[in-house]
Amino acid sequence: MAKTIEEINEKIRRGKAVVFNAEEVIKVVKSKGLKKAATEVDVVTTGTFAPMCSSGAYFNVGHTNPRIKLGGGFVTLNGVPVYTGYAAVDILLGATAMQVEDPLNRIYPGKFLYGGAHVIEDLVSGRDVKLVARAYGTDCYPRKQLETWIRLEDMNEAVLLNLRNAYQNYNVGVNLSDHVIHTYMGVLQPRMRNATYCSAGQLSPLLNDPFYRTLGMGTRIFLGGGIGYVLGGGTQHNPSVPRTERGLPRMGAGTLSVRGELKQMNPRWLRGASMTGYGVSLAVGIGVPIPVLDEEIMHYTAVTDADIVAQVVDYSEAYPNCVPGSLGEVSYAELKSGSIKIQGKNVPTASLSSYARAREIADILKRWIVEGSFFLTQPVEPIPSVEAGLRCKALNERPVVNGPGPSR
Amino acid sequence: MAQLKVVLQFPPNLIEQPITYQLIKKHDLMVNILGARITPKEQGRLVVEISGKKKNLDAALRFLKEIGVGVEPLARDVTWHEDRCIECTACTSICPTGALSVSRPEMRVTFNHGKCIACELCVPVCPYKAMEIVSK
Repeated sequence: MAKTIEEINEKIRRGKAVVFNAEEVIKVVKSKGLKKAATEVDVVTTGTFAPMCSSGAYFNVGHTNPRIKLGGGFVTLNGVPVYTGYAAVDILLGATAMQVEDPLNRIYPGKFLYGGAHVIEDLVSGRDVKLVARAYGTDCYPRKQLETWIRLEDMNEAVLLNLRNAYQNYNVGVNLSDHVIHTYMGVLQPRMRNATYCSAGQLSPLLNDPFYRTLGMGTRIFLGGGIGYVLGGGTQHNPSVPRTERGLPRMGAGTLSVRGELKQMNPRWLRGASMTGYGVSLAVGIGVPIPVLDEEIMHYTAVTDADIVAQVVDYSEAYPNCVPGSLGEVSYAELKSGSIKIQGKNVPTASLSSYARAREIADILKRWIVEGSFFLTQPVEPIPSVEAGLRCKALNERPVVNGPGPSR
Repeated sequence: MAQLKVVLQFPPNLIEQPITYQLIKKHDLMVNILGARITPKEQGRLVVEISGKKKNLDAALRFLKEIGVGVEPLARDVTWHEDRCIECTACTSICPTGALSVSRPEMRVTFNHGKCIACELCVPVCPYKAMEIVSK
């Protein structure tokens, strides 16, 4: 029997909602059967906690006296430059931005000790951050210099705004070369001496709703320890990749764009990450509740690590040079066993996504729902699924030559 | 038979001397080098497992002390900042001794001090600076 989100919310209100995390629900469906489970279970909670580079935050820092126009000026937070191309005191900070004086990879491999993600972590931790600004000055905004301490509570608005999070599946990284390489998949040892992966697998939000049936713009979620909302599909949202019989993408596919107020978040779930030789990223905790509206959704949420497969990709040659193809396909059950077999070789595995923390997020979200403090929302706009025919394109470079300018 | 896992700190003036050779030849000890970093004009640092007769081991330690080699227990060197660790497991496949390990299927990360040989491989691998080696 099909349920509606209103019906589930009514049960949450009365303290009667039946909620399981995406790991527990596997056994529930197995023991009760799909039909019975679908009538009994109301919500399945998912979770993921991993570095997600396309994250950031915007702030309104409040007006100074006399006024300063940061817009078009140069502003740093703890030495990390922010984007100022907005109005007078609105600034945007990206997670991967680096301090101006950081040596980056000039001393290889760079340590990338402090960047935008660390500023976000510091702010959410309640720490003071140094704001330094240089402006050009106008008649109505005469001030040209500003140097002050600022903390999260001082800001008018502080909003986490992430362009691409919660990737539905991802590559498994290996290194076929004869030297160590430093990637966003971590430090990869030569001649395939290790393999890294980055997904919460059976706990991961989009792997529990592979065709995005229950979420879309307006879906209320766990974000960074507080409440956030899905804005829609994230950048590079790519639903039309090859899928398994169960409908699970065999590689990176869907993504989410999310937002939430930083002031109610918690640094346990927003952590600056320094990827040696690569750069800074922000580990973001996200939990999405999946309403069990019918048997089909129940079926999808019962996904196990053995059902989900990922492609093994060489990050020394194939990835940097966009060479398509895969060295092999492995399941998350294999990846989580600690060793996979690629082309006859046993390769030890490690994850960049924390499964332990993903489960913790799913459990927190479950507790919120059971306690009646978190209600589900009906999305106002779906996320494009397979039938939308979207394809993530590569950049088509067109040579720039001296002449009359771009063709129209 | 006695066994010892220690960090040997070499002052710059001793870097060119074959001290490991003397431990083996003169003191009849087995020396297993677990890690080494010797930079000119800096302190050299050798992580070793030394085993042999208790008497020989004691004599070797006296010899090292006399010539000015610092001998420090390994355990003090390495700190796992549990509060910084997010239990992603990135370090666990690179740890040669299993000191950093995962419990399966829970996927929780633990650090066993006794197994650590301070090879430092985990340090650049951890994005959250959870592993710290305090060089003395």
